[in-house]
Amino acid sequence: MIGAGGALGILGVVLTQLGNPPNMGVCIACFLRDIAGALGLHRAAPVQYLRPEILGLVLGAFGAALATREFRVVGGSNTFARFILAMLAMVGMLVFLGCPVRLVLRLAGGDLNALLGLAGLIAGVWTGVWFLNQGFTLGRAAPQNKINGYIFPAMIFILFLFLLYKPAFLFFSKEGPGSLHAPLLISLGAGLLIGILAQRSHFCMVGGIRDFILFRDTHLLTGFLAVLAVALIGNLVTGDFKPGFTGQPVAHSDGLWNFLGMMLGGWGVTLLGGCPLRQLVAASEGNTDCAATVLGFLAGAALAHNFGLAAGPGGVPFAGQVAVIIGFLAVFIIAFFNSKISIVKPSAQEVSPDGKGN
Amino acid sequence: MEKEIDARGLLCPEPVLMTRRTLDKMSSGTLRVLVSTAAAQENVTRLAESMGWKVAVAAAGDDIILTLRK
Repeated sequence: MIGAGGALGILGVVLTQLGNPPNMGVCIACFLRDIAGALGLHRAAPVQYLRPEILGLVLGAFGAALATREFRVVGGSNTFARFILAMLAMVGMLVFLGCPVRLVLRLAGGDLNALLGLAGLIAGVWTGVWFLNQGFTLGRAAPQNKINGYIFPAMIFILFLFLLYKPAFLFFSKEGPGSLHAPLLISLGAGLLIGILAQRSHFCMVGGIRDFILFRDTHLLTGFLAVLAVALIGNLVTGDFKPGFTGQPVAHSDGLWNFLGMMLGGWGVTLLGGCPLRQLVAASEGNTDCAATVLGFLAGAALAHNFGLAAGPGGVPFAGQVAVIIGFLAVFIIAFFNSKISIVKPSAQEVSPDGKGN
Repeated sequence: MEKEIDARGLLCPEPVLMTRRTLDKMSSGTLRVLVSTAAAQENVTRLAESMGWKVAVAAAGDDIILTLRK
């Protein structure tokens, strides 16, 4: 666990040194947004690139799951609700400007705005945990036709071929964060390594906070802290540790919306069972619900940039603030009606209180 | 006392939550927990061991049976 977190931390620093955007050595939300951009799902010219880190992560986790016989094709547990939750969580994360991984990398770079994001993330996870304690569930996944589990990794492999041959219908940023990237093979290798380590360790950023709140269990939290410690040391060594609120790279200093954006993100992904990185790994292990969740993240990125919801260095647009409020409402409705506190009785397929499904 | 929890197909932390709810009501006996992922196996095992239960693991097709005893 510490190894996986440490590797993520050091790769975050190294990839930035080799060309990735500042404090964005690895960011699952940002990189999925760049992939959405490369595919033309949104047309925000500065954030379009088929990030090899993501492609490598999926292929690495897929390989590791096959090798360890942990590849299980399951799905069908409220897939559409998961898609929507992921979409809303992504909007929140793009108002903060980062997923939980980047939050920690931003902290390690001295970006104190990320402290408000961290407070928001903890508040969001706490809210999600509250609903879990009220019996929130999206139901159980059932085994599916094995072939369907290969669709997601195959899709990612096709994107990898696209990256190598750069067909004309794709978009690649000429300037902005999307144009900043480490050499392809190094990024791909880093992704492969992170994917293998994350698959083996079941690493999850929000899981660390969640399990600590729920069980006072620090197992996953050590991974979270390892990312922070290693990236902090790395940034101190390279001189990239610049503490402050203003002038931080690819960030804004609107504390309220840093908090609320990440709270929405944290709440959404806690209900989904794991942070964006964990969802990518689970999708690579054959969970087709998690594959739909990843598509939900892509849709959220498209929504955020097509409708001008995403934050930029200047702050959070009004439309983005409205979207976060709507997001809170929508996540609340999904959380409420899938909990035991809801007056709507769960169907026979759902999990009964003693844990025996039908 | 012997009980069984079916946590197959559930994502974290639900299998652990279900196990804890049941273990909180049991002082001794045997609890069988069915899970379907290695992550769930690891997390349920860690919880049970932290509460002083012994855990035995067996494969059942694509699923995993954890037998908790105290």
